[in-house]
Amino acid sequence: MGYLLNENNFNDVIQEWQKDYLIYAPKKMLGEGMYSDTDITRYAAINDISEIEWEKKSDFSFKEVLLPLSETLFYYTEGTVKEAEANRKSGAVIFLRSCDLHAVKRLDEIYLRNGYEDFYYQRLRANVRFLVIGCSATYDNCFCVSMGTNHIDSYDAGLTINDGLFHINSHWEEMNPLFSRCSQKEAEVVIPFVTSNQINVKVPENLSIAVNSASLWKEYDSRCINCGRCNFVCPTCTCFTMQDIFYTDNGKAGERRRVHASCMVDGYTDMAGGGSYRKKNGDRMRFKVMHKVYDYKKRNGYHMCVGCGRCDDVCPEYISFSHCVNRLEDAMKEVTGNE
Amino acid sequence: MSKNEYTPFLSEILEVKKHTELEYTFRLSFNGDVRPGQFFEVSLPKFGEAPISVSGMGDGYVELTIRKVGKVTNEIFELYKGNTLMMRGPYGNGFDVEDYKDKELIIIAGGTGVSPVRGVIEYFHKNRTQVKDMTVITGFKSPSFVLFQEDLKNWNDNMKLILTVDKEDDTPSDVCENTKELPAYQVGLVTQYIPAIKVKSKTDTAILVVGPPMMMRFTVQGLLKEGYPEENIWISHERKMCCGIGKCGHCKIDDVYVCLDGPVFPYTKGRLLVD
Ligand SMILES: Cc1cc2nc3c(=O)[nH]c(=O)nc-3n(C[C@H](O)[C@H](O)[C@H](O)COP(=O)(O)OP(=O)(O)OC[C@H]3O[C@@H](n4cnc5c(N)ncnc54)[C@H](O)[C@@H]3O)c2cc1C
Ligand code: SF4
Ligand code: SF4
Ligand code: FES
Repeated sequence: MGYLLNENNFNDVIQEWQKDYLIYAPKKMLGEGMYSDTDITRYAAINDISEIEWEKKSDFSFKEVLLPLSETLFYYTEGTVKEAEANRKSGAVIFLRSCDLHAVKRLDEIYLRNGYEDFYYQRLRANVRFLVIGCSATYDNCFCVSMGTNHIDSYDAGLTINDGLFHINSHWEEMNPLFSRCSQKEAEVVIPFVTSNQINVKVPENLSIAVNSASLWKEYDSRCINCGRCNFVCPTCTCFTMQDIFYTDNGKAGERRRVHASCMVDGYTDMAGGGSYRKKNGDRMRFKVMHKVYDYKKRNGYHMCVGCGRCDDVCPEYISFSHCVNRLEDAMKEVTGNE
Repeated sequence: MSKNEYTPFLSEILEVKKHTELEYTFRLSFNGDVRPGQFFEVSLPKFGEAPISVSGMGDGYVELTIRKVGKVTNEIFELYKGNTLMMRGPYGNGFDVEDYKDKELIIIAGGTGVSPVRGVIEYFHKNRTQVKDMTVITGFKSPSFVLFQEDLKNWNDNMKLILTVDKEDDTPSDVCENTKELPAYQVGLVTQYIPAIKVKSKTDTAILVVGPPMMMRFTVQGLLKEGYPEENIWISHERKMCCGIGKCGHCKIDDVYVCLDGPVFPYTKGRLLVD
């Protein structure tokens, strides 16, 4: 069903939702950007529709709502372990774009299906609703069309803004009476999705691990400064490291946490005794790129990368992931000796 | 609600056996199914967790042989019988003894790599008729690094057993507590003994190779050179692991998660993994 709401109407809806849900949306944070005096758009809980950044691409994704940057798993004292409570007990409504809802499927793949179902993820994921904001135009660095993530129907509600009105297409039956009550009128609503980007990527058909020995990776040895930003902004990166913290006033009590980790950063593969893998940044770049467009698909049947372009937006060294993917075809030619 | 795999359970330390200054075997209370080659995440609150292979098992217990190398393992060595440790697991696939039955079994293990295969050796030591023949080659750095001395003496009765050390200790053996009653040993790398392995049919073998990466590489090379088929070889990989359950990503190589799909791999699969 389709509904047309003005800002006040939408805030009425939000207020109603807030009884059961926290509302997360991209929000402009002033002066918190990478360089001084720049702004950053990242996810936060909102109370009013006017807080939402509708124009800019969010620098960080929604993923922290489901996978907090740092999450306490349990508290311990001598001999006892007490499970930590969830940082959010109510449900959540998340405003996000098509690519990001495709990314949710990737998070689910790892946390719900790859081996055991993850208790902590599952409880934050359980009662989450997704509102997809349509994309009328592509942003810099996006290549969702190439990755097939530019379009989605499996949202709870789709949303687009036209002539100052919020046009909502609801698949959320339970909320239809609320939408109906709060709307100016009901109408057919079509959510726009882009059908082309400025950037196109092509993952070569014949891509294989043979490409590991291609020369392109070496270029990244010195260009990449292994800061890990490309992983932290990626909506599909899911790695974490365990950390034990103990409280100084009582040496016997503390907590175990998991915190986001990056395969680009030093220490990721360190083994006891000083052994480690992928010491060179170029090897880490290879590992990341191949995971995003090759081996994840080998395991799960579809590509991990959703083409949001955030890794390109954030890299301080202007390293382009999409450009790297587009070089794989030549790299395969180099290693297979064809042409 | 899904089960919380991250919260460890308490396990009592039933017995501690010292092999060397740096390597002890801890017998820990545990009830449940477990296979050799699987591992537990052993944890000490405030120090962290470490994946440790099962080196032995029995009614109501598992054994873990731990090398003291860092934060968690140092602290474990401070604990003794009657104390407790926290654990979760077992994780990973482990070795499946069914795969080796009615074959000529060859096991080549180096250093702490003996731990994950110890359960396999024990099994066929007790059920010797289930394999046609059995050769075990264990290698250690020097006499003072030899693990499982008592087992090595016991196993000798119904299998071909070679104990070898890379080199003699720099200090005379009599000053070194744990080398006093060492079984007979030879000096040389495990790879030297591969050509001398006697089997009736190389195609009818099952071969397990476990140890440090270099040792596994050269051992497999030696085996292939002697004409053993690569499909008959199994190896066990070790990687950084934070979760043990397919979530943290640290152990992933290509499309494989060592913690879920391994750590034991048929060589034909394991050899293709490039970090
Ligand atoms: C599947 C699997 C099975 C395993 N089985 C066993 C087993 O049966 N027995 C066993 O003993 N171990 C086993 N290990 C290895 C064991 O997990 C590690 O030794 C353990 O995690 C070390 O933890 P720690 O906290 O004591 O060390 P940490 O404090 O984490 O110390 C190790 C870290 O400190 C640094 N470090 C430590 N020592 C040195 C050094 N000498 N030089 C340079 N840097 C150093 C390294 O960066 C390393 O990452 C296994 C590992 C895996 C993955
Ligand atoms: S590719 Fe760029 S963002 Fe990623 S680690 Fe390297 S320098 Fe940092
Ligand atoms: S790899 Fe880059 S483009 Fe692909 S999903 Fe991650 S951040 Fe987006
Ligand atoms: S150890 Fe975490 S994914 Fe394998």
